[in-house]
Amino acid sequence: MYLDLNEEQNLIRETAREFSQAVLAPVAADLDRGEAQETFFENLRQLAELGFMGLNVKADYGGSEAGVIAFSVALTEIARACASTAVSVSVNNMICEVIQAVGSKEQRHRYIPKICSGEFLAGAFALTEAGAGSDPAAMTTLAVRDGDDWVLNGSKIFITSAPYAGVFVVWAVTDRSAAKGKGISCFLIEAGTPGCIVGRAEEKMGQHASATNELLLQDCRVPGSALMGKLNDGFRIAVSELAGGRIGIGSLGLGLGLQAIETATRYALERKQFDQSISNFQAIQWKIADATTELEAARLLLMNAAFRKEQGRSYAKEASMAKLFATEAANRACYEAMQIYGGYGYTTEFAVERYCRDARITTIYEGTSEIQRLIIAREVLRSYS
Amino acid sequence: MYFQLTDEQNLIRETVRSFAENEVAPSAAERDDNERFDRELMFDKVAELGLAGIVFPEEYGGAGGDYISYAIAVEELSRVCASTGVTLSAHLSLGANPVWMFGTEEQKKNFLIPMAEGTKLGAFALTEPSAGSDAGGTRTFAVRDGEEWILNGSKIFITNGGDAETYIVFARTDKDAQKHHGISAFIIDKDTPGFSFGKKEMKMGIRSSLTCELVFENCRIPADRLLGKEGEGFKIAMKTLDGGRIGIAAQALGIAQGAYEAALDYSRERKQFEQPIASFQGVQFILADMALRIEASRLLVYQSAWRASAGLSYGKESAMAKLSASETAMWVTTKAVQVHGGYGYTREFPVERMMRDAKITEIYEGTSEVQRVVIGAAITRG
Repeated sequence: MYLDLNEEQNLIRETAREFSQAVLAPVAADLDRGEAQETFFENLRQLAELGFMGLNVKADYGGSEAGVIAFSVALTEIARACASTAVSVSVNNMICEVIQAVGSKEQRHRYIPKICSGEFLAGAFALTEAGAGSDPAAMTTLAVRDGDDWVLNGSKIFITSAPYAGVFVVWAVTDRSAAKGKGISCFLIEAGTPGCIVGRAEEKMGQHASATNELLLQDCRVPGSALMGKLNDGFRIAVSELAGGRIGIGSLGLGLGLQAIETATRYALERKQFDQSISNFQAIQWKIADATTELEAARLLLMNAAFRKEQGRSYAKEASMAKLFATEAANRACYEAMQIYGGYGYTTEFAVERYCRDARITTIYEGTSEIQRLIIAREVLRSYS
Repeated sequence: MYFQLTDEQNLIRETVRSFAENEVAPSAAERDDNERFDRELMFDKVAELGLAGIVFPEEYGGAGGDYISYAIAVEELSRVCASTGVTLSAHLSLGANPVWMFGTEEQKKNFLIPMAEGTKLGAFALTEPSAGSDAGGTRTFAVRDGEEWILNGSKIFITNGGDAETYIVFARTDKDAQKHHGISAFIIDKDTPGFSFGKKEMKMGIRSSLTCELVFENCRIPADRLLGKEGEGFKIAMKTLDGGRIGIAAQALGIAQGAYEAALDYSRERKQFEQPIASFQGVQFILADMALRIEASRLLVYQSAWRASAGLSYGKESAMAKLSASETAMWVTTKAVQVHGGYGYTREFPVERMMRDAKITEIYEGTSEVQRVVIGAAITRG
């Protein structure tokens, strides 16, 4: 066991921290109010220039080749300052990784460098549909072969980064007669393709700067070369390749939780009631102790999952455990931090109010906590049978 | 033990539920979105139902009802709109009740009756920037000058502040006295010279409810506006908050009930894996725990209300009710968002608002930590 970051990982974390605190943190409240979108875009471009959009991607495609642990610690630092930026970075990394893993050579060279360089502000995953959330195999978006082309029809919801994505990874049913989950394929669709329409924006509790939109596919015609991976292998890609995203979201949650409890701890030291710092009271001390302990355990679970992925070992169960634990610990830490702030914490004057709203979605997107438990239980039970 | 509501209490529930669903609910999301307080809907119409002074005798403008009826009213309003629930709770428990408990006949005539009848909205001003959980840290001062008092200082986080006509304001009248002594309570009209409103708070939730800063700059009020005795303010504040906790506990209970019903309805309609998600054990257990926690909290809330009406002590019981109901509200609303999945995080479904609203119930009128202090002190006094 060696539980320290190596020199490169440390350097990446420091770079992420400095950039986040200097550039992202000062504008996070404005972004939350729906302002300064151009600044948000500029920050994504700068993060791309610093190499944060392809941390676990080969240099051949413009990636940083820094590995999964570096990805995790970078995400945590970015999320400390701005969760909306962090989720955009996490999704971009996953788009690059999925294309790297299952895309053709041409697809890899065509799209990954554009995301890594910031030429594309974002890539987007289009899997979820109104009737297909936790059960993605229930999707009804259809892709029909027409000569060399595919024609897609259907609609996707909750698509992160859709309005400024350069490319979409879209899942659609390609064989209606196949058993559930066996007739789904994956396509790469470029923004601006006729019939690929970014629809209504969701109004959300938090992560306001990160856009979440509907994506409509109306007789959207793409060439045969848009198919990514094997025909009818899309569901497997969704299930297996997206596990890495869970490390991203867990790391994001960790950043929010740490930031919340650390700022609340500083507040507790300063805030005086009953003629003393409230940090003197055990009621406050226990909150700080519990949150710090849970977040430390979350960090280790994340590091373990990232390490296993980096080593090429199985990591689906570990990524689910890390995401489940980290995002739930992050929510508890955020709300306890708000509690430490008392009435002030409920106002928008203190950032902890935003941390709470931003943290809430982390136990929902990229697989709800319930789905993580399902995956963990399935893996554990399988190991006994 | 007799675990059934009276006919009158049942009637109150039906009446308030019908009003809440038909008139309050339709604009709840819009008012939240625009941070809009609607006096006519959220107070005047509530008063028309006889709720503004429901617990006070008829000769004082009230409806002669009991505290369980009051709790039911706040619960039903909060079930669809927590902002409307807290407007009534702050008005009745914090604005009107201290005048009922400690006012002179003259003060009751001049201030309680208009509040109980609902022609005036009440508010309560105790908290200051450095006096939150520790009310003994009050730094607003009132100095006697002939037949007047002169107030200087500021109050924050005042519910109904800005729109209310009648304010119960706490100020230090004896600089030399020990922390909790030397504080007095005053009844102050909205349009008194020297009394103005500061910043309106932007909040995570209950955004349709007003939360405002009050500023007193050489604000002169007649001597007969002193409520209770000089130096008795801390006791008045604590007694008032004992009752206020019943209101907030009922508010939290209503929020939890609303979120539970929303989650239950959604889980029976939403299909994934070819069946309603309500058929999964993972979801059923969430719903079972919701129902259980709400029922336990409801019994605590009604018990504390019953004790208040029966003339029994209820400080510890209302603290237990508030602690349990508010933590239940936070837990239930959080899980209700979870049951809704991604949809629950959007403004399209009410559970998103309910979850933001629930959080404040663990903070205002005594944080959960302060409730534990109250309960802990009561049970260890021996």
